[in-house]
Amino acid sequence: MKGFTTALLMASCCTALVAQAHAADLPGAIGKGEGDLNVVAWEGYADDAWVKPFEQQTGCKVHRKYVGSSDEMVALTRMGGGKGFDVVSASGDAALRLIFGHNVQPVNMSLIPAYDDLMPELKEPSFNTVKGVHYGVSYEWGPNILMWNTKAFPVAPTSWAVIYDKAHAGAITVPDNPIQIADAALYLAHVKPELGITDPYELTQPQMDAVVALLKEQRALVKKYWALASDEVDLFKSGDAQVGSAWPYQANTLRAAGVPVQDTIPTEGATGWADSWMISAHAEHPNCAYLWINHVMTPKVQAQQALSFGETPGNTKACAEMDAMQPGSCKQYHANASSAYFATIKFWKTPMKACGNGQNTCLDYGAWQRAWQQVKQ
Amino acid sequence: MAGGRKFLGHVALLLPPFGWLTLFYLGSLFILLLSAFWQVDSMSGEVIHDWTLDNFRQLVSDATYRIVAQRTIGIAALVTVTDIILAWPLAYVIARKVGPRLKLTLLVLVALPLWSSMLARIYAWRLILGHDGVLNWFLRAAGLPEQSFAFTNVALWLVFTYLWLPFMLMPLVAALERIPASLLDAAGDMGATPWQTFRTVIFPLAIPGMAAGSVFTFAVTLGEYVTPMLVGGAGSEFIGNVVYSNVGVSGNVPFAAAFSMVLLVVIGAYMLVARRFGAFDGA
Repeated sequence: MKGFTTALLMASCCTALVAQAHAADLPGAIGKGEGDLNVVAWEGYADDAWVKPFEQQTGCKVHRKYVGSSDEMVALTRMGGGKGFDVVSASGDAALRLIFGHNVQPVNMSLIPAYDDLMPELKEPSFNTVKGVHYGVSYEWGPNILMWNTKAFPVAPTSWAVIYDKAHAGAITVPDNPIQIADAALYLAHVKPELGITDPYELTQPQMDAVVALLKEQRALVKKYWALASDEVDLFKSGDAQVGSAWPYQANTLRAAGVPVQDTIPTEGATGWADSWMISAHAEHPNCAYLWINHVMTPKVQAQQALSFGETPGNTKACAEMDAMQPGSCKQYHANASSAYFATIKFWKTPMKACGNGQNTCLDYGAWQRAWQQVKQ
Repeated sequence: MAGGRKFLGHVALLLPPFGWLTLFYLGSLFILLLSAFWQVDSMSGEVIHDWTLDNFRQLVSDATYRIVAQRTIGIAALVTVTDIILAWPLAYVIARKVGPRLKLTLLVLVALPLWSSMLARIYAWRLILGHDGVLNWFLRAAGLPEQSFAFTNVALWLVFTYLWLPFMLMPLVAALERIPASLLDAAGDMGATPWQTFRTVIFPLAIPGMAAGSVFTFAVTLGEYVTPMLVGGAGSEFIGNVVYSNVGVSGNVPFAAAFSMVLLVVIGAYMLVARRFGAFDGA
C-alpha cells in the first residue's frame, strides 16, 4: 500500500484537475433504467443467478463480456474509446490504470446504500479512490490458491515449491498473466531472503532477474499457461494438469463436476485480488449501471457471489445470508473476521517505478509485461 | 470521342476496387508502419506519438523475440515439408491413376473438412491428443506406452499439417494433371526407368504446384495465432501470439506493429521466392 501512496502523490498533480472536473457532473439521483447494460467482468461475476432477477426488476438487459486477466480487462474497456461498456469489475491492478487512463467516472456514494456496510478497509482503498474521489465500489476479494488433484497428490502440498518442482514436470499449470511474476516473487522472498524482496509488486532489476530465472525454469515444467479460468478447468478435467495456481472459482467448479481437487493457501502466503465495480467514463446506460451496482452490493447477491466464486464479500451484512445458503460458509470464507484475513493477502496492484521505500529503482508494469514475454518465450 | 468515353468507363470500373485496396489495405498497412515507431504509456495506455526506434531495438536486443520468430518460421517450414510429403502419393493417384468419377469423389473428400469450422477441427485435436483423449485410449488398448503430445510443439506440428494439407494437395493435383502424357511416353520410349521419369520429368514439372501449395502452408502457418493458443503449450508462442497479446492484452499496439513488420518482411521475401518457382504462373 505504501507504494501506492507514493505513486499517487506523483500522479495526483494530473488527476486532481480531472477529478474536480468530473465531480461537478456526479448524478444526484438514479433515474429510470435505459433498458440495456454492457458488463465487462471476470468469469463468474455476472451469473444468471443474480443477473436474471436484476433484469426482471430493472428492465436493464445485461450483455456480458468475460475476461481472464486484468490486462485483457483494461484492453477491452479501452477498445473503441471506452464506449463499449457501462460497468467493469476491475481488480486493484487494473483499477488504477483505468482511473489514470480516464476510462472510468467518479461514483456518487450517496446513491449506493450498501456503502455504509462495506468493510472499513474497502471504503476508500487506494486502488479505487484517488484524492477522496471514489471511482469504484469495492465488491469482493480473495486469494490466488494452490490447487491439486488428490489422486496425483495423496499428501496435501503446503508450499508453492510444488509448482517449481521438477518431479511434477508436465503436470503444472499457471496463469498466463504478467502479474503471475508476483507469485514467484512472493515465493522467492521466502526461499531466498538474501534477495531482499519486501513487496512482490515492487521489484528492482536484480530481483526481477532472479524471479525471471525461476520462472524460466518453471516453463519447462508447465503443461500450459491458462488464459481463462475455463481453460484451467478443462486441463484438470482431462488430466493434462494436476497441480497449479488457481482461483477458488476453478476449485469449486471442478469439485461440482466431480473432479477430486483440493486447494490451500500455502505457508508462504498468497497474492490475491480486491475487485471494484467501476462505471465507464462514456457509459451509455448510467442509470442501469448504478442499479446494477446497488443490486450486486445487496447482502444476498454478495453472498451468492462469494459462494459461487469462493471469495469474501465486501459487504459485512452478507455473513448471515451466506450461512443461510450454506451453513458454515461465512466462517469458511472469513466473512465474519474479514479484517484480520484481509491483512494476510498481498493484493494485486499495478507495479510502478516508485518503490515503497521512496526510491525510483523499481520496474514499472511495461517492464513486467516484457519480462513475462521472456518467461513464456 | 467514343474511345475517350470507353476509357472513362474502364476507369470507372477500376476505381472502386483500387480505391478500396488503397484506402483500407494500403492505408492500414501504412498506419501500421507508422505506429511501429511510436510508444505507449504503460500506465494510462495512451499512445505517445514521438518518433522512436525503441520497439525495433527491443526486438533485436531481446533474445525472446528471436526465439519466437525462429520457432514460427521453423514450424511453418516443417509443416510445409510434411504436407508436401503427405500430399504427393494422394495427389499422384488423384491426378493420374483414377477415373473421373473416383477422382471427383476423392477431391470432395479432401475438401470436406473445409466445410466445418476451423475452430471445431482444432478443438477436436485437443480431444484426440489429450491425456484422457482418443489416441491414448487406443494406445492403452493396444498395450503401447501413452503419448503426451497435448500442448506441445509436436501437437502444433500435427494440427497445422492436418489443417493445411488440402491446400497443398489441390495445387499439386492441378500441376500433375497438366503434365502431358506424351512426355511420360517419350521418357519411357527413351529407356528411362520409372524412377528416372519421376525424377527428371514429373517432379520438376510439379514444382510450381508445390510452390503454390507452400504459399498456403508456409505463409498461413506463419501468420497463425489461434492454433498455438489452443493446442500449443508453454513455449509454443508464435509471432502472431506475441502480436495478439500486445494488442489485446497489453494494449501495446506500437510494439505489436513493429513485430508484425518482421512477419511482413518474411512473407514478402517468401512470396518472391515462390514466384521464382512458378507458384503464380498459369493457375
